[in-house]
Amino acid sequence: MASYIAKRLLAAIPVLLGLTVIVFFIMAMIPGDPATAILGTYATPENVEKLNRDLGLDKPLVQQYFIWLGNLLHGDFGRSFALNRPVLDEVLERFSATLILAGTALVLCSILGLLAGVVSAVRQFGWTDRIVTLVVLVGISTPSFFLGLLLILVFAVKLQWLPASGMWAIYGGGDLPDLLRHLILPASTLAVVATGVIARLTRTAMLEVLRQDFIRTARAKGLPERKVIMKHAVKAALVSVIPVIGIQAGFVLGGAVYIETVFQWPGIGSMLVKAISTRDLLLVQGGVLVVAAAYVLFNLAADVVQTMIDPRLR
Amino acid sequence: MAETTALSSGSKRSVGNRQSNLRLLMNNRLAAGGLVILVAVVLIALAAPILPLADPDVTDPVNRLLPAFSEGHLLGTDELGRDLLSRLIWGTRVSLAVGLSATVIAAFLGSLIGLVAGYAGGRTDAILMRGIDMVMAFPYILLALAIVAVLGPGLLNALYAIAVVNIPFFARNIRGMALGLSRREFVDAARLSGMSHVRILFGEVLPNVLPVIIITMSTTIGWMILETAGLSFLGLGAQPPQADLGSMLGQGRKVLFTNPHVSIIPGLMIFVLVMSINLLGDGVRDVLDPRLKSGSLTRPVARTAVERAVMPGDLTPHRDAILDVRDLRTEFRIGGEIYKAVGGVDLRVGKGECLGVVGESGSGKSVSAMSIMGLAPTPPGRIVGGVALLDGEDLFSASDERIRMLRGLSVSHVFQDPLSTLHPLFTVGNQLVEAIQAHSRMTGSEARKKAEALLRMVRIPNPAERLKAYPHELSGGMRQRVCIAMALANDADVIIADEPTTALDVTVQAQILSLLDRLRKDNDTGILFITHDFGVVSAICDRVAVMYAGKVVETGATEEILSQPAHPYTAKLIQCVPVLGEPERRFGAISGRPPVVNRLPDGCAFAPRCQKATDECRKTEIAMTELSDGRAVRCIHPLSAREAAA
Repeated sequence: MASYIAKRLLAAIPVLLGLTVIVFFIMAMIPGDPATAILGTYATPENVEKLNRDLGLDKPLVQQYFIWLGNLLHGDFGRSFALNRPVLDEVLERFSATLILAGTALVLCSILGLLAGVVSAVRQFGWTDRIVTLVVLVGISTPSFFLGLLLILVFAVKLQWLPASGMWAIYGGGDLPDLLRHLILPASTLAVVATGVIARLTRTAMLEVLRQDFIRTARAKGLPERKVIMKHAVKAALVSVIPVIGIQAGFVLGGAVYIETVFQWPGIGSMLVKAISTRDLLLVQGGVLVVAAAYVLFNLAADVVQTMIDPRLR
Repeated sequence: MAETTALSSGSKRSVGNRQSNLRLLMNNRLAAGGLVILVAVVLIALAAPILPLADPDVTDPVNRLLPAFSEGHLLGTDELGRDLLSRLIWGTRVSLAVGLSATVIAAFLGSLIGLVAGYAGGRTDAILMRGIDMVMAFPYILLALAIVAVLGPGLLNALYAIAVVNIPFFARNIRGMALGLSRREFVDAARLSGMSHVRILFGEVLPNVLPVIIITMSTTIGWMILETAGLSFLGLGAQPPQADLGSMLGQGRKVLFTNPHVSIIPGLMIFVLVMSINLLGDGVRDVLDPRLKSGSLTRPVARTAVERAVMPGDLTPHRDAILDVRDLRTEFRIGGEIYKAVGGVDLRVGKGECLGVVGESGSGKSVSAMSIMGLAPTPPGRIVGGVALLDGEDLFSASDERIRMLRGLSVSHVFQDPLSTLHPLFTVGNQLVEAIQAHSRMTGSEARKKAEALLRMVRIPNPAERLKAYPHELSGGMRQRVCIAMALANDADVIIADEPTTALDVTVQAQILSLLDRLRKDNDTGILFITHDFGVVSAICDRVAVMYAGKVVETGATEEILSQPAHPYTAKLIQCVPVLGEPERRFGAISGRPPVVNRLPDGCAFAPRCQKATDECRKTEIAMTELSDGRAVRCIHPLSAREAAA
């Protein structure tokens, strides 16, 4: 297993390099003088020239890429001109907040999606199945930013049960219960769509598995139906659901952009939106790179879990 | 979204199909509802310029933030006093246009990449698909943000960004199909006739992948509308004074706490739009790719449904039968048709006896055997008549829990293909221990010891090591030995073996047969042995029941039936057994096909294929006639000894 994980980590390196290539060339597509674009139109000519030199922008594009990549590997993601601090510091600080939010949402959607999918398949065509199917359809059709606003209206404004925004209370707070109170609404909103997708797929996978011969074998052995479903069927269904959870990690990380803006969560998503409006491109670049790298690692983790479940893949 | 990547082969479709497709779509109530809503929304949005609406951009600070149903403003006004109804309709127009354009761009570029990659194959394919993989390595919306960051906020830029990030979904789906198609004969033929690659690609390949393109479009357009609205909501899409639904929602957010209607109205509109598209998309997918149809997969429940119209009167078992099945009737109801798979079957197994049930596939032998312990799939199967007496107990009126207890304890099963009947994700040991512990309170280590002993009993070398193996790590013969060991775990009285040697090599087949034969003699276990092969029957069975079209047509001791078959069908079946040095024997096999059991003829079901058939055979149902003790035949012209020998 350890050697498998090592192998997968090695295989992730080209993917990560590919990400840097794409980000680099997207940034290189900026029309006009990149330094002006990065520094803004009010930059002095000296600053522009200095930045051009610093970034090696006077050299050929391919060479520029390797200089830039070398800098990245040394932890130098450049400086955010709007915040006047190193991009990496800001990005990592923001990213930890996003990880808390997206991680909670991912756990929520995996558990709820699997549960709903299994119940829906076992009670196929029954009322539970119909209700789950309907809720799933509504869930994946609702814009998450709209759902967030609705939840704020209901739970923060009308009922006043939960805070409407932020990660911590402004006065007092700072402990775990405070964080959880702030986390409930944004994490649930973020989880809705992914829950729907996972539930749908789990249902299909379960229905597929329940027709298999080995399920009949399990029943022929005289196992209680609960065990046939929860042990034999669910494990087999997981093999096809887990990669989907990995993919959903990407949708959850991306969806965090909306949710963080709606709930003013101090994560990387709201940072990116602000950075785009202020044309703080180095900050955008750093943020995109870090989130994309995290996504690659999430998928890798999903692969490893899948391999742990399915011995045929080893 | 991820579901769309699972699409694969569709089939070549003719134009004539289109109308029936539309009808199918309209039969799906949800999809039809989605279509109606979508058409209504689109029509209203298209009609915006000619509707008597206020100018959506005229501000009126005096009448700002009017609630809904105000005079002159049906949905009220926003924070600048603009009419919300008018803005909603014009905004819907923009959102629809943007979403549709993004879908068309993504579909065009993605399909082009997919077609070229799939058709060209080789290095072109590798390079293009690596590029697509790279794009997919980004979390979905993040790449769109990066693109907007570079191009600058704006509706058109948001449109491009959303289109680009959706290209991979099309490219991957289309590429898979194009790859398969480009190896098909009609493409080869076009190539040989000297057609240019471009003509082949667009004339031959494209028409065949169109359904997949349409499915992918219908499942992604909702997303694209949602995501462009999202970018506008963040202030990165439509810029004032231009407004789409997303930017209306984003601006309304400023007055969310005091005037929620300003944001709720555009939000609801997005929801209605996307929901109707998703409903319609699901319907389109179901029509074009029936494999994915949400309702088509049904799962069998834990036990076959029993719906006996007439309760059997006589429940006294045959004197020396451990398992006594009488007048068993099992039906399958599929799409309004009733398939009488088993139409009144009697089977009897004594202690330590092996009864062979022989017949072609479709004769109902497996269904009969599976019905006994309720393992015939429901839906669509159901037992509609008869009794199965296990040691005098009527299995069809027993409770579910009682059946569960008897399964594996008194009656155990061995199935045909040991690779698919063993769970691929659990070790052999785990599955054996589970079978043992399902019926005894043994501890884990005791059960493991017993499992090891069982493997030794079925002659698996090195059993302690084998327990740790997964099914795929064993050979076919080894796997079937494991299945037999599992059937022996609780000293069952009866083993139901459904073609246990069919999937195996001939040499392995012989080993498994002699193993089963020895075990039943040692343990005094009755075996119900299903097979289509008289060669196998002669090796192990004491008695035989020959089945045809859901009925037993002949029973008797194996040697008698083999040496002197009475039913013409039995004689033909025996002729099918190949004999070394007589290759032409097989050609004497039975002409015609077995009848479909939803339209059985009156009278003898074999009559259409029988050389001895007379008008009398086709009139009424033929009854079983006893020839001698334990020997019976369902035929009015049974073969004479001389005919049988011929």
